[in-house]
Amino acid sequence: MRLIKALGQWFDQRLKLGKTIQETMAHPVPRSTASWAYVFGSASLTLMLLQFITGICLAFVYIPSAGGAWTSLQVLDHEQALGWFMRALHGWGSNFMVALVAIHMVQVFLFGAFKYPRELTWIVGIFLLLMTLGMAFTGQVMRFDQDAYWGLGIGASVMGRVPLVGPNLVHVMLGGPIIAGETLSRFFAIHVFIIPGALLAFVGVHLLMVLKLGINEWPMPGRVVTRATYLKEYHELTRKDGLPFFPDAFRKDLVFSGLLVLALVLCAAILGPIGPGEPPNPTVVEAMPRPDFFFLWAFAALALLPPSLETFLLIAGPIIAIGCLVALPLISGTGEKHWRRRPVAVLTLLVILVALTALTQLATYSPWSPVMDAWSGMSVPPKYLEGRSALQREGAVVFQAKQCRNCHSLGGEGGQRGPALDAVAVRLTQDELIRQVLQGGGNMPAYGKNLSPAETTALVAFLKTLYPPNRPPARNASLVTVESSPQDEAGNPSAKALQK
Amino acid sequence: MPDTKPEQKPEADKGATLPPRKMTRRSMLLALGIGINAVAAALFATPILGYIFAPARRREMRADLEWVSLGQLTQFPEGQTRLATYRNPFVRPWDGDTADIPCWVRRISAQKFQVFAINCAHLGCPVRWFPQSGLFMCPCHGGVYYADGARASGPPPRGLFEYNYKIEDAQIFIKAGQVPTLAEPPSRACTDQPARCVCA
Repeated sequence: MRLIKALGQWFDQRLKLGKTIQETMAHPVPRSTASWAYVFGSASLTLMLLQFITGICLAFVYIPSAGGAWTSLQVLDHEQALGWFMRALHGWGSNFMVALVAIHMVQVFLFGAFKYPRELTWIVGIFLLLMTLGMAFTGQVMRFDQDAYWGLGIGASVMGRVPLVGPNLVHVMLGGPIIAGETLSRFFAIHVFIIPGALLAFVGVHLLMVLKLGINEWPMPGRVVTRATYLKEYHELTRKDGLPFFPDAFRKDLVFSGLLVLALVLCAAILGPIGPGEPPNPTVVEAMPRPDFFFLWAFAALALLPPSLETFLLIAGPIIAIGCLVALPLISGTGEKHWRRRPVAVLTLLVILVALTALTQLATYSPWSPVMDAWSGMSVPPKYLEGRSALQREGAVVFQAKQCRNCHSLGGEGGQRGPALDAVAVRLTQDELIRQVLQGGGNMPAYGKNLSPAETTALVAFLKTLYPPNRPPARNASLVTVESSPQDEAGNPSAKALQK
Repeated sequence: MPDTKPEQKPEADKGATLPPRKMTRRSMLLALGIGINAVAAALFATPILGYIFAPARRREMRADLEWVSLGQLTQFPEGQTRLATYRNPFVRPWDGDTADIPCWVRRISAQKFQVFAINCAHLGCPVRWFPQSGLFMCPCHGGVYYADGARASGPPPRGLFEYNYKIEDAQIFIKAGQVPTLAEPPSRACTDQPARCVCA
């Protein structure tokens, strides 16, 4: 014990850090901040440090080459001892980190912690969020499989839409004319050197400001932030009702971070490494590219944006969004902090969260995309064939063979791109069905060139049988009148009127 | 030992430099130091930027396009659309499979072809040809194209990208070498107006 103390003194006489560390650890913080709501920032930091460790471990084996990356991932998963576990920790750690950074940001936003004097802390935090997402995206590229390859293709296509410098940006992003070896090397350098370096520097500044400016006190309705009085009030608060950061405020951070790391280890051990999917080979065109969970909302948005606004929103959208986030503390740097006094802020947050959740949910089953194997994988349900004439059954074969179900469902199976056709005869008359099939329209391709007249007749005959028993099929009223009038013996009044 | 002087330095400096703002040896050395470092920084940074942005240089980008063969004409029966692959003309030894690029070849008649890029005009996903319905479909955001590459439905802002092609020695060649994007379609002439009328 005495030896440790002597050793400590020896170092401190030379490093001169002991006093600074002591003061930093014991600096008073408002009692209200020793709360479970304030643990997410330190948890994000913990996860980041773990990502550094597991990332360095992966770099021992991983080969950042287009030809070798996928194989080296296989070696990590199946040959290198505990390689699978490092990949699992790093992959799930990435998901955990994005989640924690997002939660941290929501908490800071709701508690008004971005207001004076912590505006710059928030702005630096925005860049930390962007870097975290940048790490998640480039990390997905490191897992060099089909998803990574086509994800890069989507990135290149977005870049290609930038006016004037589009082609140049594509080439800079890809490191060449195509997605290949130099693309992966470029993303490797970004993922392993550029962003982590910047992340460390920005986290340092972020933490320094938290120390210098103090942790945001628990907001109270009516306690208004003004530039003239806030600092004085805050220091009063920490002096009168403060706690030393260490150990009083630190305890909950410690417990939460510990639990989080336990959860991560469990998650990695049970669920194992994420991917890789099929090896990156563009000639295998049966790919269904999907991004990782935290980018699914963007994937959905890309399918649903109105085409006329798409290019503008793709390029200007991120700039506007980042601009709004950066401008937030500059515009709304003073005033009420409590969420009950900030209805617009709370509503904005809710709208954003609901939108992101809805888009993510949609992306999990992508109703806008044709089901690519519906024609081979799903046959027409038998109940739609019972009691049909030969012509109608022939139409069902056409329906199957022409891949109508890639976009239209029948009996709940098939694509959701177009409407379900279980009751199409209720909505469309025979002539309307023929027109729709031949000419398309309303986002449906025209099949006029691809169907013979006989096939069209059969198909429409089949579609005309698709109506539920309790609802009559659509009829063209005038056509019925004209057709029935010559043979009409029951004395239909409208028919008589016509004959007059 | 520079540590011995600082006590007297501020006073001496104040008296010497502040009122008349005269150039002294010290201030000149500082200015010289800043100047040298500015030049050094520029000399250091310029090649770094040039290195990073090298792939975007116009000259290099043009050099990336070359005629590549897709194989014998006999591989492509008339009236059908087949998948063809070629090795990208611009490769690195470690590119692996990623330098093998697919495309769709549609043979309209003996000498008439259409060669479509695999990449959807919307955001570059791989489109798939379905001979049964005569459509190209994209698995990402639901883009659909007709057999002649014209846009049929979905978010794509235009028809499929088409390569320029030529026929030599009973082989079909296309001018290829870079990933097609809206900013850089492989051939401008053919694709501005998708050639629907030609193949009807």
